[in-house]
Amino acid sequence: MKKKQGISPYSAVGIVAAQSIGEPGTQMTMRTFHYAGVAEHVPTGLPRLIELVDAKKEPSKALIEIFLLPKYSKNQKKVKEFANMVESILLSDVASIEEDMDEKEIRIKISKKDFKDLGLKEEDMGAIIKKAVTTNKLKISKDLLYIVKLKEGKKFPLRSLRKLQIKLSKVLVKGVEGIKKAVVVHEKGDYFVRASGFNIKGALALPDVDPSRIYTNNILEMYTVFGIEVARAVLVRELNSVMELQNINVGVRHLMLLADAICADGKLKSIGRHGLSGEKAGVLGRAAFEETIKHLVAAAVYAEEDKLKGVTENIIVGQTIPVGTGKVMLSMKK
Amino acid sequence: MTKKPKPSKSKKEKYAVYVNGNLVGFHKNGEALVAKLKEKRRTNQLNYETNIYMSKRTHEIYINTDRGRVRKPYIVVEEGRSRLGQEIHSKLKKGELTWEHLVKMGVIEYLDADEEENAYVAMNPEDITDEHTHLELDPSIIFGVTTSALPYPEHNSAPRITMACSMAKQSLGVYSTNFAKRFDTRGYVMFYPQQPLVSTDFYKALDLKNRAAGQNLIVAIATHEGYNMGDGLVINRSAVDRGMGRVVMFKTYQTEERLYPGGQKDKIELPTPDVVGYRGDEPYVNLDADGVIFPESDVESRLVLVGKTSPPRFIEEVSVFGVVEEKKRESSLSLKSGEKGKIDSVMVTESPNGNRLVKVKVRSMKIPEVGDKMASRHGQKGVIGSLLSQENMPFTKDGIVPDLIMNPHAIPSRMTAGHLLDALGGKAATIGGMIMDGTAFTGNNETDYMKILKENGFDEYGEEVLYDGITGKRIRAKIFISPIYYQKLHHLVSNKMHVRSRGPVQLLTLQPTEGRAREGGLRFGEMERDCLIGYGASMVVRERLLEESDKTVQLVCENCGMLGFHNHIKGKTLCPACGSDMNSPVEISYAFKLLVDEIMSLYIFPRLVLKDKA
Repeated sequence: MKKKQGISPYSAVGIVAAQSIGEPGTQMTMRTFHYAGVAEHVPTGLPRLIELVDAKKEPSKALIEIFLLPKYSKNQKKVKEFANMVESILLSDVASIEEDMDEKEIRIKISKKDFKDLGLKEEDMGAIIKKAVTTNKLKISKDLLYIVKLKEGKKFPLRSLRKLQIKLSKVLVKGVEGIKKAVVVHEKGDYFVRASGFNIKGALALPDVDPSRIYTNNILEMYTVFGIEVARAVLVRELNSVMELQNINVGVRHLMLLADAICADGKLKSIGRHGLSGEKAGVLGRAAFEETIKHLVAAAVYAEEDKLKGVTENIIVGQTIPVGTGKVMLSMKK
Repeated sequence: MTKKPKPSKSKKEKYAVYVNGNLVGFHKNGEALVAKLKEKRRTNQLNYETNIYMSKRTHEIYINTDRGRVRKPYIVVEEGRSRLGQEIHSKLKKGELTWEHLVKMGVIEYLDADEEENAYVAMNPEDITDEHTHLELDPSIIFGVTTSALPYPEHNSAPRITMACSMAKQSLGVYSTNFAKRFDTRGYVMFYPQQPLVSTDFYKALDLKNRAAGQNLIVAIATHEGYNMGDGLVINRSAVDRGMGRVVMFKTYQTEERLYPGGQKDKIELPTPDVVGYRGDEPYVNLDADGVIFPESDVESRLVLVGKTSPPRFIEEVSVFGVVEEKKRESSLSLKSGEKGKIDSVMVTESPNGNRLVKVKVRSMKIPEVGDKMASRHGQKGVIGSLLSQENMPFTKDGIVPDLIMNPHAIPSRMTAGHLLDALGGKAATIGGMIMDGTAFTGNNETDYMKILKENGFDEYGEEVLYDGITGKRIRAKIFISPIYYQKLHHLVSNKMHVRSRGPVQLLTLQPTEGRAREGGLRFGEMERDCLIGYGASMVVRERLLEESDKTVQLVCENCGMLGFHNHIKGKTLCPACGSDMNSPVEISYAFKLLVDEIMSLYIFPRLVLKDKA
C-alpha cells in the first residue's frame, strides 16, 4: 500500500509543486479577510504569499497568539487580566509630552483618567521616566506633572530637546514591547490573547504563558526563537491558511516541498534572485534566470565550470534533460 | 504654520467671472448675471455657441466661447413648460420652421459639459416640473452614435450593449458607395445587404438603410445535434448557395519603381530569363508586355502581379572584355501565399516621390463556411459550426426553414431580452408588412407585436411547431422562430487559417519563423515546456526544443574546447584557437552556438569540455 502512493523516481516534483500552487494562485481574489479586532489589515492572498516566499522579509502586519498554561486557558477573567498585562502602553499614550523651547524643558502631563484605568502606580512612573531621562534633570511636581530639564552645555540644545521628546514618547510604561492591541479570543474552547506585533521572547518571560502554544505569523521571529524545524512548520501552516482563506485547494505536500526548499539549509532562504534561484549550481541556469551578465562575468573571472546538472542548462545546450525519462538508463549485466 | 490670508468677506460673496478661463472681474449678483446672459443667448443677442456655467460652491461663473467643447442640444423649459409648444410644433410639421429657426428662437439650446452641471433635464414632456430647466429632444438621444443603431438596448444587459457596439463596427456591408473605384488596402462588400426589419430612428438620420451591413435571417432558437453548442451556429447551406452572408474581399497590392543612390532605378517590366532570381516562365503567364497583369485574370498564391527588376546590389567588376555587364535582380510583386482571386482592376500612377507606381486590386469571394463569425445586434455572436442542406433542416407547417439555428443556452445567463424582442418585432414586421421601430425607450413594444401576430393567426409568443428535417417527425417542443438581423463579422477563417509541418526558418537563429504571413510555427513557450518537464517527458522536450527547432552539428576542439570548423580546401578540421585538428562533431542548438559566440565577443573564453566520446 505504501508503495502505491509513492512518487515515481525522477519525477519533477518541484515543477509540479510550482504549477500546483501557481495555477490556483491566478484565481486568488482581491477580497480581504478580517481577524477579530486586531490589526485591521493583515495581508492575505497574493501579497501574503509573496511575503511568505520572500522568507527574509518581516511581514507588514504581524500577529501574535499567546496561550496561557492549560490550567488557566479556560479562565476568561485570568486571560483578560493577562491581555491587559501584555499590551504595551507607551508614555505618549497616557501623557501629553510638550517641549518648551524657551525654558529648554519638556513637560510631561499624565492624564489621570488613563492612568487609573491602566492601573499604574505613581511611584513607578517616576522611576520609568527617570530611566529614560538619564543624565538630564527630572523634577517631579504633584498632579502627575513631570518636568525634564535639559542638561546644560549641549551644543545643539533645541535638537537635543526634540530628540529627547521623541525618545520619551516611545518609553514603555507597561506591557511587552512591540505587542499592541491585545484582544481576548475564544476559539475551540480556549481563551487566548491575540495581538498585533510580535515579541516571543518578551511574552515567554511573563508568568503562566504556555510556551508550547505561543505563535506568531512572523516566520523570522519563530525561526530565531525556536529554530528551523518550527519555522518550517509555521511556514506550511501559514501557506495553507492563505490557500484556505481563498477557498483554494492545494495539496499540503506541495506547500511542504516549498517550505522544505526554503528551510533546507538550516536557515531561511527566499525563493528568487537573492535566494534559491540565485544560488543554483549551474552558471547557465543562473544566467538564464536573472542578472545574466553578472553571472557570466563572475563565471569568467572565477573560471567556473557548469557541470550541466540542471534542467535549464541542458535545454540551453540542447541535451536530454536529466528528469523523468531522461534520467533512466539501461545497464547490462557484465 | 503660515496661515492663508482669508479672502475679505465682500469678495467672498462676489462671484468671480471667467471668460474662456481668464478671470475678468467680480460680480455682486451672480445669479442675475447668469440669468441675463442666458436670456440674451436665447433671444439671439449673444451667439448660441456661448455657454455659461455657475458654481455656487466656489462662487465662480465660467463663460466659455472657445473651441473644442462638445455640446448637445436640449429643448428649453421655463416655469414648468417646454418652449416647444403646440404652435411651434404645428409650424414645424408644416415646414415653416427649421432647426436653425428653433435655435435662434431659443427653443433649442446647446449645452456644453460645464453648463450641463447647472441643468435639470426632463426625459419626457410629461415628467416636467417647475424645477426642470431643459427637456431631452428624445429619451434615446442619451446614447451615442453606435448604440443608437441597436434596437432595444434598454432590454439588454449593459456589457452586451458594449459588445454589440464593438461588433457592429466589425460588420461587413457596403462600407462606401464608390468601393469599385477605390483602392483600399482591404475592403469587404456584402452581396445582398438588407435593411433591418426592426430599425431605429437613427437609421433614418444616418441613412443606414442605404449602407446596410447585415441580413434578416430566419432564426430558430433550438439545439441541433450539438453543432451549435457554446455559441456555435448551424446555418442553412441552401441559403448560403442563394447568396446569404456572401461577401467579396478586395485587397490592393502595390509596387513602385524605387530610386537608388547612384541614379539607378527599378523597372516595371516583364523579367527575362537572364535576370538573377528568375522564377521560371509559369509565374509570369498573366503579365502583359509592360509587366503589369491583365484585369480579370485568375491568380493564385505566388503568381506575379507586377513584374519588376532592380539594379544589382553590388557593382560588378569589369569583365574580361572590358564591357560592364549589368545583371538585374528579380523583385516582382506576387500574391501572398495562401491567397486566391481575380484581378479586379489595375491602376498605374505616380507615387508622392514622383516614381511610377502600380496598384493592383485583387478580388476574392468569401462564402460563409465553418469557422466564420456572425452576430446579431445584441452582443450575441457565434461561429458557424455546421452547414446543413435545406432538406435536413427543421421546417414549419408553412414550409419555413430557418437560415440559422441558434442555441437557447446563449440567452438566459446573458440577459439579452432585446434579442428576443428584436426577433418578435422581425416576425411582426414580415407579417404586418412594415418596418418596425426598435428605438430605445420609444420604439414599438411587445404588445404591438403580439397583437399583429395574433390577428394574423400566429402564436403571439412567436413560437411554432417544427418538424425534423431528417425524420419528418414533429419536434416535441414549440420552437421560437422568427427573422433577426444578423451581421457577418470580418473575422473570416479563410484569412486566419494556418498550418505548418515544415517551413522557413529565421536567418539569425535558425529557429522556425513566427506568424501566419511568414508561414511560421506556433511557439512552444516556457509554460508549455514546464508542463513537459513536469510530466517527465524528457525526450519530448528535446524533440520540441532541439530536433524540431534549431539543431546543428558543430565541431568542438577536444584540446581547448573552442568551436572549430572544417577546412574544405585542406580537407581537415581546424580549431581557430589552438590549431588542433582534434575536433569532434557535437549536436547542439544553434541558439547555444550564438550564445557561445556572443560570450566570446565579451572577451570571455567559454570552453566546452567534452565527455563520453563516442
